[in-house]
Amino acid sequence: MRSNQAYPGENKWKGWLYLLPGLLIYLVFTFYPILETIRTSFYQWDGFSARRVWVGLENYRVVFSDGQFVSAFVHNLVFIVFFCVLPVLIGLFLASLLSRKKMPGMTFFRTVLFLPQVISMVVVGVIWRWIFNPQFGPLNVLLTAVGLSSLTRPWLGDFALALPAVGSIGTWVQYGFCMILFLAGMQHIPEEYYEASSLDGANAFQQFTHITIPGLRAEIGVALVTTIIAALRVFDLVYVTTRGGPGNATLVVGFLIYRSAFQQNRIGYASAIATILMVIILVISLLIRRLQSGSAEQTA
Amino acid sequence: MNSRINQLVPRYLLLIAFSLFVLLPIFGLFLSAFKTDTQIIQGPFSLPQSWNLENFRQAWFTGRFNIFFKNSVVVSLAVVIASVFLSVLMGYAFGLLPMPGKKWLFPLILLGYMVPFEAVIIPLYHFLDLLGLRDSYWALILPQIGLSVSFGTLWMTSFFENAPRDLVDAAAMDGCNRWQTLWRVLWPLAKPSITTLIVLIFMWTWNEFLLALVLIQDETLRTLPVGLAFFQGKYTANIPLLAAGALIVALPTVVVYVLFQRFFIRGMLGGAVKG
Repeated sequence: MRSNQAYPGENKWKGWLYLLPGLLIYLVFTFYPILETIRTSFYQWDGFSARRVWVGLENYRVVFSDGQFVSAFVHNLVFIVFFCVLPVLIGLFLASLLSRKKMPGMTFFRTVLFLPQVISMVVVGVIWRWIFNPQFGPLNVLLTAVGLSSLTRPWLGDFALALPAVGSIGTWVQYGFCMILFLAGMQHIPEEYYEASSLDGANAFQQFTHITIPGLRAEIGVALVTTIIAALRVFDLVYVTTRGGPGNATLVVGFLIYRSAFQQNRIGYASAIATILMVIILVISLLIRRLQSGSAEQTA
Repeated sequence: MNSRINQLVPRYLLLIAFSLFVLLPIFGLFLSAFKTDTQIIQGPFSLPQSWNLENFRQAWFTGRFNIFFKNSVVVSLAVVIASVFLSVLMGYAFGLLPMPGKKWLFPLILLGYMVPFEAVIIPLYHFLDLLGLRDSYWALILPQIGLSVSFGTLWMTSFFENAPRDLVDAAAMDGCNRWQTLWRVLWPLAKPSITTLIVLIFMWTWNEFLLALVLIQDETLRTLPVGLAFFQGKYTANIPLLAAGALIVALPTVVVYVLFQRFFIRGMLGGAVKG
C-alpha cells in the first residue's frame, strides 16, 4: 500500500474522514463481536442470567474431550474431499482437456457450469432432498429403472450414506467454479511454452504436470482457499438437508455451534467452538496465501 | 480439418455431459413446480399435464412468500446501497488519500473478510437484543453492512491503488478537491469494479441464511431463504409446492447472474471467498 502525500495545505488526516462511517459500522457489528466471541469462550453462561462465571480454559477442555466437536470436525474433513479435492481434480481434468483451443459456445457452458454458485444453499438443499427422496426421488427411480433396485436407499436417512450424500451436493456446487477458474488461468499461459515442449518431445501428461499445473498456481490457490473454507463452515446445506442427522451422522462444526448456542443455551461452549473454527479458517487462508506468494516470488 | 473435428467432438460431449449434470436437477425442480401431488409420482422428468401456476400462487399467498420477498428486497437494497457507498469511500481512503495508520488498519479490516459468520453470530444475538434491535430489519442490515464493507474495502482499494496517478494529479491541478476527484474523475473509471461489487454483495445478502435464521423470530420479518427452510419443515413431502417456493427464492439471483455474468465470474475468480 502506497502512502499518499497530502496536497499542500491539506490535512494529512483527511483519509480518516472518508473511512470513518464504514469503519464505525464494521467495528461495532463485526470486529467487536469477533472479540466478544473469544472473550465469551472463557465463561460459562446460559445466555439469560446476568451471571457469567469465569471458567478459564474449561470450555476448551470440554470441547476437546466430549467427542462432539472432534466427530463434527472429522465430518468437515470428509467434506473437504467432496467440496475441495474432487472439484479441483474434476476442474483440472476438464480444463486440461478443453484447454487452449477456442471453442464456440463456451460462454453458454460457462454460464451453466457456474450456476450452482449463485443459487441459495437452501434452494440447493430443496433440490437434492427431492433427488434423494426414497419414494419418488430421481436417484432411486433411475436405479430401479436400470434394474438396480437393490441399491435404492433412503440416502439422507442412512447412517453410512448420509454424509457422502450431503458431501456430493458440495461437489455438484463447486466443480464448475473450479473448472472455470482454471480455464481462465490457462488463457494466461503462453502458447509457446507448449510448442517448445512439444519440440523437446514432451507428451501431453508431461505438459500438464510441468506447464499447466505450475502456470495455474494462483488459480489453484484461490480454488483451494475457497472450497476448503466452504467445507469447514458449511451450515445452510446441512440445516436444510439433514439437521445433522440421522443421529449425529452429518453433524458439522457450524451446526454444532448453532445447536449448542441457540438450542441448548451453552453459550461459552459454543463460543469456544466458534473461536476454534475461526482460528482454523484464518490459519488455512493465511497459509495458502503465504505459500502462493512465496512460490510466486521464487519463480519471478 | 477432419482431425480438428475429431478433436472437438469428444470435448463437446464432455462439456455437455458435465453441464447436463448441473442443469438436470434444476430443470427437474422447474418441472416439479407445475405438477400436482399425484403427478410427481409419474416420474421426475415427465412433463406436467398443464403449466398452471397454482403451486406458485399457494406459496406466494398461503406460504407468505410475498412477505418474505418484500423483506428480502428491503434488506438487500439497504445492504447493497450502504455497503457499496461506504466501500468506495473506504477504498478511496486506503488507495489514494493521505491517512496515517493505514498500514495497521488494513489487516484489521482483512480479518472481517476472512472470518465465518459463525464467529460473530453468538455475541450479535445478545448485543442486538440489548440494543432492542433483534427482530427488526436493522438486525439483518447492520451486521451485513459490517461484513460486506470488509470485502468491499479490499476490492475498491485494489481498484484505487491501480487507478492512473497522473489523472488524479491532473484533476488536483485543475482545482478539483478530493471529493470532486472521486465522483467526477474516478467514478466513471470505477464503474466495472463497482458493478461487480454490487452483484456480489446482492447475491451474498439475498442468500444469507444464518443471521436471518437466528436474529429474526417474527415470521413477518423473515427473508426468503429462511422462509423456504421453515416452509420445507412444514410441507416436507409436498415437492411441487416446495419446488415453486424454491424457484421464487432462486429467480432473482439467477436473473441478476445471467444479466451480469461477466461481472459475477470476474469477481468470484478474483478470490472472493465470502458467501
